[in-house]
Amino acid sequence: MANATTSFLDYAPAPESTAILNLKKSYGLFIDGEFVDGRGSSFATISPATEKHIAEVANADEADVDRAVAAARRAYDKTWSRMSGSDRGKYLFRIARLVQERARELAVAESLDNGKPIRESRDLDIPLVAAWFFYYAGWADKLDHAGLGSNPRSLGVAAQVIPWNFPLLMLAWKIAPALAAGNTVVLKPAETTPLTALIFAEILQQADLPRGVVNIISGAGDTGATLVAHPGVDKVAFTGSTAVGRAIAKTVAGTHKKVTLELGGKAANIVFDDAPIDQAVEGVVNGIFFNQGHVCCAGSRLLVQENIHAEVVDRLKNRLSTLRLGDPLDKNTDIGAVNSREQLDRIRELSDIGEAEGADRWTASCVIPENGFWFAPTIFDNVQASNRIARDEVFGPVLSVLTFRTPAEAVTKANNTPYGLSAGIWSSNGSRILAVADRLRAGVVWANTFNQFDPASPFGGYKESGYGREGGKHGLAGYLQPTTLDSIGPAK
Amino acid sequence: MTISPKLASPVQLSPAGRAVNLIGPDLTEKSLKLHLEGLSRVDAVGLEHRASTLGSRSIKTTSKALALDTIIKLTDLTTLEGADTPGKVRSLVAKARTPDSSDLSAPKVAAVCVYGDMVADAVGALGSWHGDPDAGLISVAAVATAFPSGRASLAVKQADTREAVAAGADEIDMVIDRGAFLSGRYGKVFDQVVAVKEACRRADGTYAHLKVILETGELNTYDNVRRASWLAILAGADFIKTSTGKVSPAATLPVTLLMLEVVRDWHWLTGDKIGVKPAGGISSSKDAIKHLVAVAETVGEQWLTPHLFRFGASSLLNDVLLQRQKLHTGRYSGPDYVTVN
Repeated sequence: MANATTSFLDYAPAPESTAILNLKKSYGLFIDGEFVDGRGSSFATISPATEKHIAEVANADEADVDRAVAAARRAYDKTWSRMSGSDRGKYLFRIARLVQERARELAVAESLDNGKPIRESRDLDIPLVAAWFFYYAGWADKLDHAGLGSNPRSLGVAAQVIPWNFPLLMLAWKIAPALAAGNTVVLKPAETTPLTALIFAEILQQADLPRGVVNIISGAGDTGATLVAHPGVDKVAFTGSTAVGRAIAKTVAGTHKKVTLELGGKAANIVFDDAPIDQAVEGVVNGIFFNQGHVCCAGSRLLVQENIHAEVVDRLKNRLSTLRLGDPLDKNTDIGAVNSREQLDRIRELSDIGEAEGADRWTASCVIPENGFWFAPTIFDNVQASNRIARDEVFGPVLSVLTFRTPAEAVTKANNTPYGLSAGIWSSNGSRILAVADRLRAGVVWANTFNQFDPASPFGGYKESGYGREGGKHGLAGYLQPTTLDSIGPAK
Repeated sequence: MTISPKLASPVQLSPAGRAVNLIGPDLTEKSLKLHLEGLSRVDAVGLEHRASTLGSRSIKTTSKALALDTIIKLTDLTTLEGADTPGKVRSLVAKARTPDSSDLSAPKVAAVCVYGDMVADAVGALGSWHGDPDAGLISVAAVATAFPSGRASLAVKQADTREAVAAGADEIDMVIDRGAFLSGRYGKVFDQVVAVKEACRRADGTYAHLKVILETGELNTYDNVRRASWLAILAGADFIKTSTGKVSPAATLPVTLLMLEVVRDWHWLTGDKIGVKPAGGISSSKDAIKHLVAVAETVGEQWLTPHLFRFGASSLLNDVLLQRQKLHTGRYSGPDYVTVN
């Protein structure tokens, strides 16, 4: 019971139970509708919050990739490309409903395997996964209206390689439009976060999806490279680092393969002095500390007008002091675990460089758990445009603060990056927002908000942030080709 | 060049201390207007999103027990009806003193809130229980200034206030003139708050605490709520209060959050602590706990005290008592296991 000395802010633990999970000890590869053993040596997936073993996962070698691509090809030729759009839609609707039914289980698994707070996996990741399947289910029989002329054709077998920051959501971004457009899929989840993709394979079985339409093969970088290079693949879709994206572009150059890449970012969040200040601070916090900053479109550079710089930084520090770091499965956790030791090392290294370069480092005081991979929310103030923490993607809970004097300077500084995925503008002046947004070279520009996603809205980058768009009608273009007079075939 | 008549004869306002300190000794309608219009704007979508995130905190077990008792201690148990009688007020007071007759460990509420003409009845019914909630006693709050509409002359509003204070009210819940506010006459609203504050003065020089009701449901925009909150504080409010309870919407979580942000900013700026009272529309423990979370995470846990935070409510108390019984016994009872008042 409560007593007089208890602090209300020491919220009692409110952990989401893992009892809902029905995990296997080991998972095989999901090929041709069933789980099969991998030929490579299996590996363990662990919880980054505790470093505890979760399950053993199969590792696909070259022969396994062959098998998966062959299964996808058979399914494409025999069933999926011949099926009517409305029937494909029925399967997608069924998958969406099953995701909703098993939402809590998927959220727990995601937080366990990835380290993200259950509040985010429960309220954002999984609902968006369902929304993505619902959205593209609706497109499956309306491809004539996708803006690619009547009767656009599917591409064939899509090789899809996804990252560890939003494991199941990135799977949905890839699989939903591919299937709606009539392609079959071989997907490789990230090495550190295969769990929800494997549970998703069970959902595909539950949905009775024809065998081979979706194949999920776990493995490390070499598995992904083998898959992307496989000659039986017609389309490559990748989300991840710019370095790997560049390697993929080289691999597929000169082949018939169509490619979409969604890569890194170093987004600017621009706060003008007429911004709604409390909401701007909240948006900046959400922009960089959401998902421990493991977000390609994270607002990692705060560009704040110089005349309100001190006030905004004070307010940010005050707000960060209320963030709760800890057990990802606790419903009150705001900041979970960093996904892997490797990523933690990179965040530490770049932060140390930031300090050495002379920026002012400030870290929210919070208790760091003994085991697992953790990094407390950190701000670097007085960062210069030439500093590495203003240039390199940290992919962690680290915010760099820079100042500007005029809208023109804000635009120049915001665009002064090799990336161009997203940007944010905070101002109460509507015409200023439009004028600035017009000049930002970024695929997504948010105004008085940040990190909002919707299946109907296209997402993708400029410059080194990649090419192609995911989401919306635009997302279908990556999986379809317009029908020309000499290419009219049976398949649609 | 001639000086425009408006500049030549600016409308001087009552020199309330806080406003003079912040805006300057030459306090005019114009300088007040410029100050209020210079406040940062509110983005409605962002504010509501933040409120819903705060509302998603999971308050369980020991934290819930602490929260339920805290809500009771912060409640202004209220009856504001045309049909109020001395008997009704005595019943309210009995409930305020002993919220749960089946569990005497339940704390007392902070205050009873009644119309001005019922103050004497409330004081009489409380007897030796009447006093400062910090000392474990119960205060008497009176609504005044032609509550709820506020449509009366300043003289009437002052008289209303003086009578309630003379009858023993410890706290005065006044309403602002929303008509004046919405037509841009900030100076008029300001002067009235200053005048009512003066009417709160007792013969011994002490003051009844002044809660200023903004009636946020009529102000309609969050920008207006921020300006009105700031105006009330500048004019001398001890508390800013959302609503009369007679207009819908009354207290919502985003509005309370916004007012808490104003109070936090004022504290950063001056070191002074102003209270916040959401009133009307909070009838479940769940909603009230969301408000506690908003207080603790916005302005700090130190605000969870009767002098800085209150719930204006009538039906909330019984829901809290039911939840409290559930925590103690492990099972839900029902409306017949708490008392009507």
